[in-house]
Amino acid sequence: MSLTTTSIKIAQTPIVLYVLRRADDALILGHRLSEWCGHAPMLEEDMALSNIGLDLIGQARLLYTYVAELEGAGRDEDSYAYLRDAPQYRNLLLVEQPNGDFAMTIVRQFFYSAFADPYWRAMTASKDATLAAIAAKAEKESAYHLRHASEWVIRLGDGTEESQARAQAAVDELWAFTGELFEADEAERELIKEAVAVDPASLRGAWSKMMGAVIREATLKAPSSSWMQTGGRGGRHSEHLGHLLSELQYLQRTYPGARW
Amino acid sequence: MVTGIPSSPEELSHLAWRAAAQVVDPEIPVLTIVDLGVLRGIDVKHGRVEVTITPTYSGCPAMNVIALEIEAALRRAGIAEVSIRTVLSPAWTTDWLTEDGRRKLREFGIAPPKPGGGRRLLFGQETVACPRCGSADTHLLSQFGSTPCKALWRCGACQEPFDYFKCH
Repeated sequence: MSLTTTSIKIAQTPIVLYVLRRADDALILGHRLSEWCGHAPMLEEDMALSNIGLDLIGQARLLYTYVAELEGAGRDEDSYAYLRDAPQYRNLLLVEQPNGDFAMTIVRQFFYSAFADPYWRAMTASKDATLAAIAAKAEKESAYHLRHASEWVIRLGDGTEESQARAQAAVDELWAFTGELFEADEAERELIKEAVAVDPASLRGAWSKMMGAVIREATLKAPSSSWMQTGGRGGRHSEHLGHLLSELQYLQRTYPGARW
Repeated sequence: MVTGIPSSPEELSHLAWRAAAQVVDPEIPVLTIVDLGVLRGIDVKHGRVEVTITPTYSGCPAMNVIALEIEAALRRAGIAEVSIRTVLSPAWTTDWLTEDGRRKLREFGIAPPKPGGGRRLLFGQETVACPRCGSADTHLLSQFGSTPCKALWRCGACQEPFDYFKCH
């Protein structure tokens, strides 16, 4: 690997961009959860959030490794994680939002997992054998993540006055980032037509149903606002991603090419 | 000094399998990678040995250690030309744990996963027998335990906490 701090240029083919988006979602959310390690409200949750983060970073590794294979430019998983700047990241704005309090982290996880779970399950039928194989692992993991987050949303919402207020505030705050879950651009639609990619719009019903049922049981209210924030898939991020990357990439940017 | 490395591909393949089959999971050292179903195959081409493994969980840190251990085990058996190939498909499932592996887990104090488990069980009520006293009076404490593959449970009969190997 050459010693460089220069950000890499990625091949702009639809399949590369498509897989990168999924990898970026998993890496950034996994990194966010890793920030809880040693700080969670109780030991079981410290382990749970770290475990979920580890699953997500594992999914990101498999996906980045596949991107490297698709590009065939002699890169590996680390190149994509460490040598791209914020505008080159194509993750959802939802997953880069700060952890906030425990309720904010749980609601963010719930919104993402309620989407990721049916998404990976649908992906197991992809015509791309590698994506189908990665999905076969990820869908089992995401089912556990969804169960964990759902149980906590219900416990917090239907809990004390304080926990309910915090859970509702988190739902209200993060709501505007949920529209992006169902977006697909021109390139992605081509892959959807070829049955390589999953059409995220087709999962809106399943997501809404799951979300609605849990929110109701949690005695919370889904906001009625339909205005949605967007930009992550095009590389237009909130200010939070740069801060996250400065920590994630610190070592490789400071000591280029450093290895274990 | 190891002598007499077999020259026939079949014998070399058997030797390599026997060596690789000794490798244990670093986090559950009573299980070999054969018990786990991680060791998928051995191929011999032009005197080179290729070992095929499949990862358990996407982020399982034990996989890197397992790959290193396989290479070391084969070298100890006198096989120098070794490569490790990771295949993702078909995806590993806890159904690949052998009967022997399930028994060893129980004896080690870990409740083995149910065969044919998975999504259906995941959202229903699981009943897990205590690996120590066998009681079915057990409760889930946390879905996420000491490693990615385990959940934390407690037995109401003998009061002992125990790990449960989750269905995947």
